[in-house]
Amino acid sequence: MTTGTELLRIDGVTKAYPGVVANDNVSFAIQTGEVHALLGENGAGKSTLVKMIYGLVKPDSGTMRLHGQPYAPSQPSAARTAGVAMVFQHFSLFEALNVAENVALGMENPPPMRELAARIKSVSEEYGLPLDPARMVGDLSAGERQRVEIVRCLLQDPKLLIMDEPTSVLTPQEVDILFKTLRQLAAEGTAILYISHKLEEIRALCDEATILRRGKVVGTCTPRDVSAKEMAELMVGAVLTPPARAASRDWGDATPALEVTGLSAPSPIPFGTSLKDISFSVDRGEVLGIAGVAGNGQDELLLALSGELRGAAGMVKHKGAPIGDTGPNARRAMGFVAAPEDRLGHAAAPDMSLVENALLSGTIRKGLTRKGFINWGATKAWAAEIVAQYDVRTPGTWVAARALSGGNLQKFLMGRELSQAPEVVIINQPTWGVDAAAAAFIRQEILNRASDGAAVVVISQDLDDLLVVSDRFAALNEGRLTPPRPTKGLTVEEIGLMMGGAHGMEVAHNG
Amino acid sequence: MDLSSINPAVLIASLMVAAVPIMLAAIGELVVEKSGVLNLGVEGMMIIGAICGFITAVETGSPFLGFIGGAVGAAVLSLIFALLTQVLQANQVATGLALTLFGLGLSSLMGQGYVGIKPPATGMVPFGPLADIPVLGRVLFRHDPMVYISIGIIAAVWATLKFTRMGLIIRAVGESHDAAHALGYKVTRIRVLAILFGGAMAGLGGAYLSLIRVPQWTDGVTAGAGWIALAIVVFASWRPWRVLIGAYLFGGISVLQLNLQVANVPIPPEYLSMSPYVITIIVLVIMSSGRGRAALNAPAALGQNFHAAR
Repeated sequence: MTTGTELLRIDGVTKAYPGVVANDNVSFAIQTGEVHALLGENGAGKSTLVKMIYGLVKPDSGTMRLHGQPYAPSQPSAARTAGVAMVFQHFSLFEALNVAENVALGMENPPPMRELAARIKSVSEEYGLPLDPARMVGDLSAGERQRVEIVRCLLQDPKLLIMDEPTSVLTPQEVDILFKTLRQLAAEGTAILYISHKLEEIRALCDEATILRRGKVVGTCTPRDVSAKEMAELMVGAVLTPPARAASRDWGDATPALEVTGLSAPSPIPFGTSLKDISFSVDRGEVLGIAGVAGNGQDELLLALSGELRGAAGMVKHKGAPIGDTGPNARRAMGFVAAPEDRLGHAAAPDMSLVENALLSGTIRKGLTRKGFINWGATKAWAAEIVAQYDVRTPGTWVAARALSGGNLQKFLMGRELSQAPEVVIINQPTWGVDAAAAAFIRQEILNRASDGAAVVVISQDLDDLLVVSDRFAALNEGRLTPPRPTKGLTVEEIGLMMGGAHGMEVAHNG
Repeated sequence: MDLSSINPAVLIASLMVAAVPIMLAAIGELVVEKSGVLNLGVEGMMIIGAICGFITAVETGSPFLGFIGGAVGAAVLSLIFALLTQVLQANQVATGLALTLFGLGLSSLMGQGYVGIKPPATGMVPFGPLADIPVLGRVLFRHDPMVYISIGIIAAVWATLKFTRMGLIIRAVGESHDAAHALGYKVTRIRVLAILFGGAMAGLGGAYLSLIRVPQWTDGVTAGAGWIALAIVVFASWRPWRVLIGAYLFGGISVLQLNLQVANVPIPPEYLSMSPYVITIIVLVIMSSGRGRAALNAPAALGQNFHAAR
């Protein structure tokens, strides 16, 4: 790849928040036409750093130079004017507005709507990301939404394109097409700053990498020349051990611990996906992994299994007994535990303390209430136990759930569900937003529950999760479940096809 | 019973007048809610607008200055709401209710010396010979300027929200303040301006009550018009032209029930006077039971406070 002159140089940038130094004397440079990776664990300071480049956050000290000129954007519009564009990790889109309106909001001087719609069509087709400007964003799939973000950036002819974890919601095929688009852009001279923790992708795409740990640059490398394991160890600063799996054993049960037959249900969520004729069964000691791109029925499936969404009795069976019409508390009493994806608001009450949150889910299985009175002593002890065992970093168990960082809260919530001696475990996104060490620990705990004899259903968009923990593998696509297949021997390509392929994307046209 | 005493042309003309206050207050609240803020203080802002407009008109002798005074007075009151909810992050529902109670009390205090006075009269818009067309002239061309201005404001709000960048930004902020902030829009500033606009419109509506519709000052002159305006915003599913329809519907019912009382319809008058409010409740129940388009058209960030995280 041809790399040209220096585009952006960051020199000794420091940014501190109360109690934490997000960036400590960070320096690096990007050339024009270069794809530069920014690597690091959660909380390493990647997001803060790119927010400074995009003008959302001001550095405490240090300088930035763009094209050799001093560069200090006071707000995102200044950054956009200077030729810096950004695709956000959590989409910065408006669901009730259409594609053209969303694009217009991210531009400095948008042309009139009709002209803009025509430009969206031509640019999106040129780069193999077809889009209909008149469609509501709320009706688009995750992959299509990302196309909106990318096209929004492309229309401004950026010199530097920042992408914050762009592939976390895409199928492998969609990732391939995205990479072709990005390589085409780089060949045209655009520099790309690419943030991810998916190391194989970085090896496939990036020319240079800067690795951050706890706010500091701990190394640089050329991703093609080093192994993923070496990069991971640089990121974490420790040697990683993969989770161990106990030998499978026969529990001698005649009926499966969890059996789902012909489960169909309309979605209770606005813009949600209805479940269509889902069938599978899970035996004791077995882990079923369910993959799928966000918004293909994962949330609805979790609701139907946890009992929040009730259907006909025969749709869900526990050891042969029909329970499809029972509610969450009845199912918990039978040995079910469920961990939904949405941490604040669904899995946890944000303004309640960790002790109270532990009580809310654990009261039935842990016997924390008697005759309507709460046994606070036992609840506090249990919450403290979870905090200690799952390495939750918090000043104490009295803090509100909202005050914890996403990864720490995730560890607490996983610990809460997995330490209830469950018979059936249903988890959506077990390692979402936690660092590699904690992810390995959570995966190990899931495997331990299975070897204790629990039937486990893991729903995840992270293929690494599923390939490590699951015995059998299925995928959700538009509310339908593919027949489960043994995980051993599946290729990434087969998995991608199970997840629905490329959703109508096409390879970038040369032009 | 004598229904022949009801003249349809006069009925329509008077419902247009009756609809003006709630229409103005509702279109203001619509913009506020589109920006993601729920201000339940419409009733309080209306009555402050009513008394400020009344005092200004009486002291200056100019109804025009009276309307300006009403709008400014209510906008100042809405600034308290903006300060509490947008800067100090207070709960919007509680603050809005407090604003209503505060406005009712304050207006009563301010109006003590003005009970029993007649405000200067507002003239009709001179349409000349047009006003003499039978029926049509009575319905369309014999009104005070505010009737036409209020319709103009509906059209302006509709066009602004639909066609301009400012309207797009207001809708975006009400849809997802986090995304709007990430793109670099000043969420708090946009919402404060929307709240001020909503206050000014409620004030205009209130001033119309005390200067033209009633026209005098009595305590509690708004009599729940602010609450009906809030209901109309939901009834209109946040669409400006439906605010006009809603306001005419409720204005029509309140005028009709007066006419029916005069015509000695054998229904107790208490039932007739409660009918606009009963119909408000029924319409709201029907609108919300659909869960379909009406629910989807509601601004997604409505009533949520925004705090710029790091």
